[in-house]
Amino acid sequence: MKSSNNKKHLLTGNEAAAEAAILAGCRHYYGYPITPQNELINHMAIRMPQVGGTFLQAESEIAAVYMAYGGAAAGARVMTSSSGPGISLMQEGISYLAGSELPCVIVNVQRGGPGLGDISPSQADYFQAVKGGGHGDYHNIVLAPASVQEIADLVYDAFDLADRYRNPVMLLGDAQLGQMMEPVEFRKTPRTHQAVKRWALTGAEGRARNIVKSFYPVKGELEAFNIRLQRKYRAIEQEEVRYEEVNTQGAEIILVAYGTCARICKEAIRRASGTGLQIGLLRPITLWPFPKEPLRRLAKKARAFCVVEMSAGQMVEDVRLAVLDRCPVHFYGRMGGGVPSSREILKKVLNILAPEGTLELEIPEIPTELGKGLYFSTIP
Amino acid sequence: MQALYSAPETLIRTPSHYCPGCGHGIAHRLLAEIIDEWGIRGKTIGLAPVGCSVLAYNYLDIDMCEAAHGRPPAIATGIKRVHPDNVVFTYQGDGDLAAIGMAEIVHAASRAENITVIFINNAIYGMTNGQLAPTTLLNQRTTTTPEGRNPLTHGYPIRICELLATLEGASFLARTSLSSPKDVLQTKEALKKGFKTQIEKKGFSLIEVLAPCPVYWRMSPVESLKFIEEKMTQTFPLGVFKDWEKTVSAPGGQATKV
Ligand SMILES: Cc1ncc(C[n+]2csc(CCOP(=O)(O)OP(=O)(O)O)c2C)c(N)n1
Ligand code: SF4
Ligand SMILES: [Mg+2]
Repeated sequence: MKSSNNKKHLLTGNEAAAEAAILAGCRHYYGYPITPQNELINHMAIRMPQVGGTFLQAESEIAAVYMAYGGAAAGARVMTSSSGPGISLMQEGISYLAGSELPCVIVNVQRGGPGLGDISPSQADYFQAVKGGGHGDYHNIVLAPASVQEIADLVYDAFDLADRYRNPVMLLGDAQLGQMMEPVEFRKTPRTHQAVKRWALTGAEGRARNIVKSFYPVKGELEAFNIRLQRKYRAIEQEEVRYEEVNTQGAEIILVAYGTCARICKEAIRRASGTGLQIGLLRPITLWPFPKEPLRRLAKKARAFCVVEMSAGQMVEDVRLAVLDRCPVHFYGRMGGGVPSSREILKKVLNILAPEGTLELEIPEIPTELGKGLYFSTIP
Repeated sequence: MQALYSAPETLIRTPSHYCPGCGHGIAHRLLAEIIDEWGIRGKTIGLAPVGCSVLAYNYLDIDMCEAAHGRPPAIATGIKRVHPDNVVFTYQGDGDLAAIGMAEIVHAASRAENITVIFINNAIYGMTNGQLAPTTLLNQRTTTTPEGRNPLTHGYPIRICELLATLEGASFLARTSLSSPKDVLQTKEALKKGFKTQIEKKGFSLIEVLAPCPVYWRMSPVESLKFIEEKMTQTFPLGVFKDWEKTVSAPGGQATKV
């Protein structure tokens, strides 16, 4: 495909992620096959040679993440991608990326776990992505797209954020987002800002040598480094929180969901419109930094929150930490490849509003132009 | 008066953290000499993983990258693909290269990755206090083989040059030693050949250097050198196992003498 035109393309989320990376100036991709991210690695295998870039199928996800580490250390924009078991194997490398302050974009197309699990959509890698995942006190910047278009848009931003903060950025999708096809328009001129990387390894010609490392054996140095890292993380928390609010004005119940679940929540909101139920949605776009302030603000007005996830309840902990006791936080989740339906969500909302079961609601069917066998409404 | 012998520029003058009689310091010096002699300081990028030589960047005045245990060939691949005209080398121990990093080294060689690997085989895990390495000799005592390496329970030593010689992607493979001045000079020649292989874009090169670790061999520095000559070279014969210039290929341990 030709990448520089601004026509709409019909692509899977995985292909859109790959193409957007190329448009963002990424010329070095390392990966290892695993479903449900294979469209990404396959697309890179075709496209990278066309643009004079490097595509390499590594011998493992461990090797892939360290090849990416090398490319990042050498000053290039690099990407790797995987799912479940592969992302687990990358965790040591991600910790090293954070510890060496190297910019790198990692795509996790989440699948069901634990263990081999299955290849259906899941959001059970939330803790791993936002809390660190590897060893040590570090954070990835974690972006959660909810459509193929948003995957493309956030991939540009992921590279910029990685460069600006010299930090790994994880794009946290899932099997649904990665494999479904939607129209996507690539920005004609991606708003990306490639940083000047004076710290990069290029050979020390005409300058003092550079060292890329995360080892601080002299007593006190490592603590000082960690303090500096934490300062960087606080700055990211100040500057980079992103979220979307839908119908939150006057809402009694506020759903909190990201990615695929957020789309299903939007469908639930549409189905409830006209029924008198006042439901809103807060959709975190950055999972780290987490939109704590908007949640606190909404907690002053809403009757309750309901967090919807494809997990046993992971993000719900961050919502509870954000709002503390100001507002009750409920949870509805499906696990192991289960995807919540908008009907299930509405039932849960009714149950929150009237636990004794006194509130009945005729839930209208999904309008056919929106349904078509998908879980999703097409509200972007 | 003319100085006949002085420290190479690339070698940073700082107190060494290595034990007396350790092989790492000699190997660093050889590297620094070659970088100076060939004037490649400005384009050389080195990688040192965990192991006693994790602080190699304290001694070599070049761009350097620390590496996670076993992963230098993967990281070097990433660097080399960005800067194909730079000289990229890894400097790895036996635990690093032949245990945890076996997959990475085999695949870098099989891809004919145009990098140079300096493999310091001291038959022990130095940094973590002297445990069994994949290259520990049979009957050799280590902290995790207190009765000596027993093939029935601990397996046999791994011969990396012989193993990699079976791969088409490997262009230059040699095993040398640091046990005598002559061997040190031969090591330097082999290192030069490794760098030449890379600079001429001939693919993957690896120089395995038999090096002393007197502390965890529980020997004096002099005894350690004797141990290399009399014992280690029995299991790890010196020589060139693959040479793109001479089409020497000797899988199975039949090395040609350098
Ligand atoms: C993933 C991981 N496992 C274990 C270690 C601990 N460790 C550090 S160095 C080392 C072995 C070093 O032995 P070798 O590579 O032979 O180098 P030497 O110290 O002998 O030069 C080990 C096991 C580590 N740093 N990372
Ligand atoms: S422990 Fe062995 S390898 Fe490590 S510095 Fe001491 S002598 Fe050298
Ligand atoms: Mg060793």
